[in-house]
Amino acid sequence: MTAVAKTEPTGLNLDGAANNGFFDEMFGRDGSAAGHYRKLRDTFSQISSDDFKTKRNSVDLAFLRQGVTFNVYGDSRGTERVFPFDLVPRIIPAKEWELIERGLVQRITALNLFLHDIYHEQRILKDGVVPAHYVLSGKHFRREFVNFAVPKDIYIHICGTDLIRDDQGNYLVLEDNGRCPSGVSYVLENRRAMKRTFRNMFEQVGVRPVEHYPQELLKSLQHIAPAGVAEPTIALLTPGAHNSAYFEHTYLARQMGIEIVEGRDLFVREEHVFMRTTKGLKPVHVIYRRIDDDYLDPTVFRRDSMLGVPGLIQAYRAGNVSLANSIGTGIADDKVMYYFVPRMIGYYLDQKPILPNVPTYLASEEADLKYILANLDRLVVKAANESGGYGMLMGPKATKEEIAEFRKRIIAEPRNYIAQPMISLSTHPTYVDGGFEGRHVDLRPFILCGEKTVIVPGGLTRVALRKGSLVVNSSQGGGSKDTWVLYGDE
Amino acid sequence: MLSRVASSLYWMSRYIERAENVARLLDVNLQLLLDFRSLDDEKLRAHWMPIVQTTGDQESFVQQHQRATAAAVADFMVFRQENPNSIVSSICQARENARMVRDQITIEMWEELNRLYLFMLSPQARQRWQDSPTDFFNEIKAGSLQLVGLSYATHIHNEGWWFSEAGRFIERADKTSRILDLRYHTLPARGLPKVVNQTDALEWSAVLRSCSGWDAFKSSYGAEVHPRHVAEFLLLNEDFPRSIRFCVERLNDALRKISGVSDRRFSNDAEKLCGRLAAELQFATVEEVFNAGLHDYIDQIQLKLNQIGNELFKVYIFHAFDPGGAEHFVQQEEQQQQA
Repeated sequence: MTAVAKTEPTGLNLDGAANNGFFDEMFGRDGSAAGHYRKLRDTFSQISSDDFKTKRNSVDLAFLRQGVTFNVYGDSRGTERVFPFDLVPRIIPAKEWELIERGLVQRITALNLFLHDIYHEQRILKDGVVPAHYVLSGKHFRREFVNFAVPKDIYIHICGTDLIRDDQGNYLVLEDNGRCPSGVSYVLENRRAMKRTFRNMFEQVGVRPVEHYPQELLKSLQHIAPAGVAEPTIALLTPGAHNSAYFEHTYLARQMGIEIVEGRDLFVREEHVFMRTTKGLKPVHVIYRRIDDDYLDPTVFRRDSMLGVPGLIQAYRAGNVSLANSIGTGIADDKVMYYFVPRMIGYYLDQKPILPNVPTYLASEEADLKYILANLDRLVVKAANESGGYGMLMGPKATKEEIAEFRKRIIAEPRNYIAQPMISLSTHPTYVDGGFEGRHVDLRPFILCGEKTVIVPGGLTRVALRKGSLVVNSSQGGGSKDTWVLYGDE
Repeated sequence: MLSRVASSLYWMSRYIERAENVARLLDVNLQLLLDFRSLDDEKLRAHWMPIVQTTGDQESFVQQHQRATAAAVADFMVFRQENPNSIVSSICQARENARMVRDQITIEMWEELNRLYLFMLSPQARQRWQDSPTDFFNEIKAGSLQLVGLSYATHIHNEGWWFSEAGRFIERADKTSRILDLRYHTLPARGLPKVVNQTDALEWSAVLRSCSGWDAFKSSYGAEVHPRHVAEFLLLNEDFPRSIRFCVERLNDALRKISGVSDRRFSNDAEKLCGRLAAELQFATVEEVFNAGLHDYIDQIQLKLNQIGNELFKVYIFHAFDPGGAEHFVQQEEQQQQA
């Protein structure tokens, strides 16, 4: 055991994660580290495994101490967990990021144009580019808001788009989250933890900062203030301390210096929204809401909502309060609409999609349905309006019973299902059980639409910590990594 | 400031203070037992039940425990989550309130409270408790005092801070009054006790030590412990930070800071009642207190403190909380998809 050659580095060795048969972020097929990972590899080789262990423990402890946690449902005690964090950062060279950024801007621009269109002239439907019945039957299409003008014509102000890479390393869009995307607090906290842990590496490697996200978010919120309000009061509306993303809500509110409110803190009088304060009522002009459309206002949507604010929608319609994201963006999250995004890009922008979709089959199209039912054991089936890894069938990993169950569901409600081939996601060296192995990752950049469209370089890299798993969701054994976008390409 | 935020800051401090006071009370009384020879069930009961009563949970204790042994009482008051006033419950509640106003308190406060919470729920807490109850209680007290210090030294002294001060002092006044009332059954209903034997003296000094008041008391009254002096010290002393008068005066200050109204006037019932109680304590003598009966006098103080607390909520936090449907509420909060 002691007969290690003197030239061998004594520190951490990431090379063990190479050659796992998938497209790896760090290692080429020949097992050599890509240029943009070399500095990381060198630095890691200087760190002893004991030192690394200490670093890991202190980061975990810091997260726990700071309460950087998410809530786990259906568990009355110990309901908060630390989102597992892996210390090996994911690195994206400048030229790749440039492509991602252009692709995301293109996509969000098309989506906002699409939303504006379907809530107004519906040209895209009349021209038959998107079949009207898909939009009109969408669970989250809000017909009540047809012809309603949202401030500055922006529907999605904050979007979290999930990207994956196929076996050739091409970036593909897996889904758009245009309602209440979450996870950006981990982007910021992960970066803070990495800076504390590997202080020297940042300068050497040349990593673009992410810390300005809250300021950019605040700017996009200020941008939609009702006309004539020079200094808008902005509030973040949270469902409350029991919500899974509550930590993020308080975190963002604190970083932006805005109020965090619950529905019960707000009050509507004569179509104006107020907060209940110890000094009486105070007007609110912009609400960054982290509550679903359905719960916003019990007098308009779900009557049983205790989280919403009676009269909020009326105030919104009167233009006295702005909401981010706007009401009705859920239709863009519908996985059937996802299928049509490349067509939207062509229709509204006359461009080809820079970031392609994953090939998708619609169960409500006859030919596709046939194909889906014949290949259930090879496809991934997704419910059109679920997220967070719920309502999904992973064909190749499913039991016969699960497949039979989905077959029934698909036949009963074809509009509600899509299918995609199993994409193997790229892998990334990740610390597991004392060594480094490849684990599958995705990437969620956060896109802000205000006066300009801003994307903080990087995003949340989620990693499936279980060997072979492709599910990266925090609720299902996922962890996260810091994402480094470089100033240069090496 | 949001009314809900004011309420959370108030309860956060109040629960921290509660945890600390329960720790004080149990610590001193466990030590006191060491000074007595073996006690039968009846005597144990006489010793511990008043202590259980200080947290107002006598009934649920009796339901769950046949004998009032030190272990049973301590378990009930330290680790029992079903007991809403146990140390663990108080710390959980304090943290839950802090979590709801995470954006309003400093990172230092949050981390310390979170640390205390994680400690209480960890196996180390029970281990520490088994190894040495005194060390365990010191850890709780130190955590609470650390939070008091952090609140004072890191939190901006704005309106919200004064709400948290109000919560702290109303709780401390109430708990000091309950600690002082511990030995009332050894006192005559009216008037001063005639004879004070050695056991009594030990118990009264335990009362003082529960409030960290032993040293300050000695320097004012000497080492001889008489209930008359203990009562005077804990009720009426102007400068001792755990005396009821001191706490009520701080509470009064906090109320005035919140409203901005001078202490020569009042703008709501909380201020009115608190100003009156402060004046009452300022101009009372201990002889009058004993003539009225210490126990009855303390009862009245607790009643008044409750009224002040209620009025404070009426004025500033009137919309308060929906008492029904809490479960439903939690369910909907959880259902909000954060994709």
